[in-house]
Amino acid sequence: MDEVRLRPPRNRVERRAVSYWLTNEGLSAIVPAAVLAVLAAIITPARPWLLLAMGVVLVIGIPYAVVVPLWRYRVHRWEVTDDAVYTRTGWLWQEWRIAPMSRIQTVDTARGPLEQLFRLSSVTVTTASAAGPLKIQGLDHELAAGLVARLTETAQANRGDAT
Amino acid sequence: MTVAAEKAGGMTGEWRRLHRRTVAVTALTLAGLSVSIGAPIVLGMLRDDDRAAGPVLLVAVGAAILLTGGGMLVDRLRWRHTSYRVTAERVELRFAWVLHTQRSIPRERVRTVDLTANPLLRAFGLAKVKIGTGQRVTGQHSHVTLDPVDRAHAEELRRVLLDRAPAAPARAARPDPPLAELDWQWLRYAPISVTTPILGAAAFGAVMQASDWLGLQGEMFETVRDLFGGLSVLGLIGLLVAAGLVVGFVGSLGLFVEMWWRYRLTREGGTLRVHRGLLTTRSLSLEQRRLRGVDVFEALGSRLLGAARVDVVATGLQVRSDNERSDPKTLLPAAPLAVAHRVAVDVLGASPLSDVDIRRHPRAARTRRVRWALLAVFGVVAVLAVLGSLLTTVLVHLAWIAAVVATPPALALALDDYRNLGHGLSGDYLVTRYGAGSRHTVALLRSGVIGWTVRRSLFQRRAGLVTIAATTAANNGEYVIRDVGESEGLSFAAEAVPDLLTPFLEPRP
Repeated sequence: MDEVRLRPPRNRVERRAVSYWLTNEGLSAIVPAAVLAVLAAIITPARPWLLLAMGVVLVIGIPYAVVVPLWRYRVHRWEVTDDAVYTRTGWLWQEWRIAPMSRIQTVDTARGPLEQLFRLSSVTVTTASAAGPLKIQGLDHELAAGLVARLTETAQANRGDAT
Repeated sequence: MTVAAEKAGGMTGEWRRLHRRTVAVTALTLAGLSVSIGAPIVLGMLRDDDRAAGPVLLVAVGAAILLTGGGMLVDRLRWRHTSYRVTAERVELRFAWVLHTQRSIPRERVRTVDLTANPLLRAFGLAKVKIGTGQRVTGQHSHVTLDPVDRAHAEELRRVLLDRAPAAPARAARPDPPLAELDWQWLRYAPISVTTPILGAAAFGAVMQASDWLGLQGEMFETVRDLFGGLSVLGLIGLLVAAGLVVGFVGSLGLFVEMWWRYRLTREGGTLRVHRGLLTTRSLSLEQRRLRGVDVFEALGSRLLGAARVDVVATGLQVRSDNERSDPKTLLPAAPLAVAHRVAVDVLGASPLSDVDIRRHPRAARTRRVRWALLAVFGVVAVLAVLGSLLTTVLVHLAWIAAVVATPPALALALDDYRNLGHGLSGDYLVTRYGAGSRHTVALLRSGVIGWTVRRSLFQRRAGLVTIAATTAANNGEYVIRDVGESEGLSFAAEAVPDLLTPFLEPRP
């Protein structure tokens, strides 16, 4: 075979996932910052330290919350063919994962409250390997439901213990 | 399994209890535990103060009786309300008192049946039976433990649960010769392993602890000082290290004997069986069709003497650490490499390890390893040097000594790590080799590969390398080919498992 490389999976995640990740990461920076601000208002002796901590949280958290979702949207890809599930994640540490349809054991969806707000779902595909499941995050929830139905059907068709 | 055989095995599908002597076993265990914990405490208390012996002994004996009695009561309740049955389809274990639990595994999923009996259980003619499946599905129990049952019944369970095919008449008359039996020459590989220093250090700890309990620590130090007063500090340290090594040497020999006494690896029908143990006997059975390959492991010490251990790669095994000697996945203890390879061939029915043409990895992988080694040494030296310049010049001297002493072994390990890297295909097997110092050579059944994971860090991308993991239902879940050239590795993976990876490859521009 000539020189080869992995091609990216065909599908990007849902565009709305960027807003979801932005909200999620933003909240996880703003909520602790707000708590620190309230504490700073109440506990006068420790105010400079609390405000410093709040500053650190915001300085690190806000840029992270803005940049990471965009990166994630650029790098997270997925594809489901008739024979396999194929995902790509990561930027500094890239990871491509392939699981053949015939070895899929269970397929689950998960939707947190925030994901529901953005009508998103994540799909988890488990095989018999102890190395962990494949995860596709940030899918439209109807698309995800369809995907799960399709994968479950295929997994059912391939009975046996998939090891 | 015929109906007659079911009857003969007592597998009538009725609920049965565990063996009632479990209560006696528990009582003796707890009584022994009470004495071994209580005695040093009591001795210490009597020695320390001028307390009257009466009350102290009374409290101690009372506590021991309370602990033993309580344990007996709990175990009696457990025994009273636990029952199990083996029906035509399932193995079930239930506990029905206040909290009701039931475990049930389909018989067709049973992959391993392990029997263990510690000396106490053996004295009572009992054994613990662990029945496992190859499943990793969350929310489902993957094993049932019957603790304990009658020894003969345990053997019967093992036979019935694993032997699905009707017994072949010829086999009963002429059992297969064992694949491997203990050769006492292998004893020489036992001391050159991590267990020797660990046991040596543990012995020192135990002596200190015991002398502390007995209040003899001060006297012990005095005795040591009187005996070896003439020696310098370095001489004393050398002596202590030597003593520790001797203790560790003897201990590791003893451990080997305990673990591998009467070791036999046999094949019965479609089942591999390892039988071993001096005090605690263990009988581990593994269905051949669970087998996904073997891992020939040369620990550093063994490797220097040309020896290797053989571990099984199979679904349905518990994952444990490399160094744990009681690992259920070990098929053969450290033995000469030729023996290890012969056992691997016998177990697999193929010879991927000797036939394989192992391909080496790009030189960029070596560069990475050398860089890691130098960075690690540099890190230690830098910390010492910085601290030294701030605090004391002793550390500065330590820094350059560390640089001189640590660099050669670090580089040697890095180069060895690179030399060991390799991968290849042989028949139905994929072979990957890796390790620095200690070396793993894994033969993995190609049909047992249930997916691929390709990883690449920013540094690997610049060096044109990737790390490719073949995921599998066996052992740790994946076997890794580290730092292989991107195109070569992907082509290799595509060739190893046809059609899986190919649709996702594209020619390089």
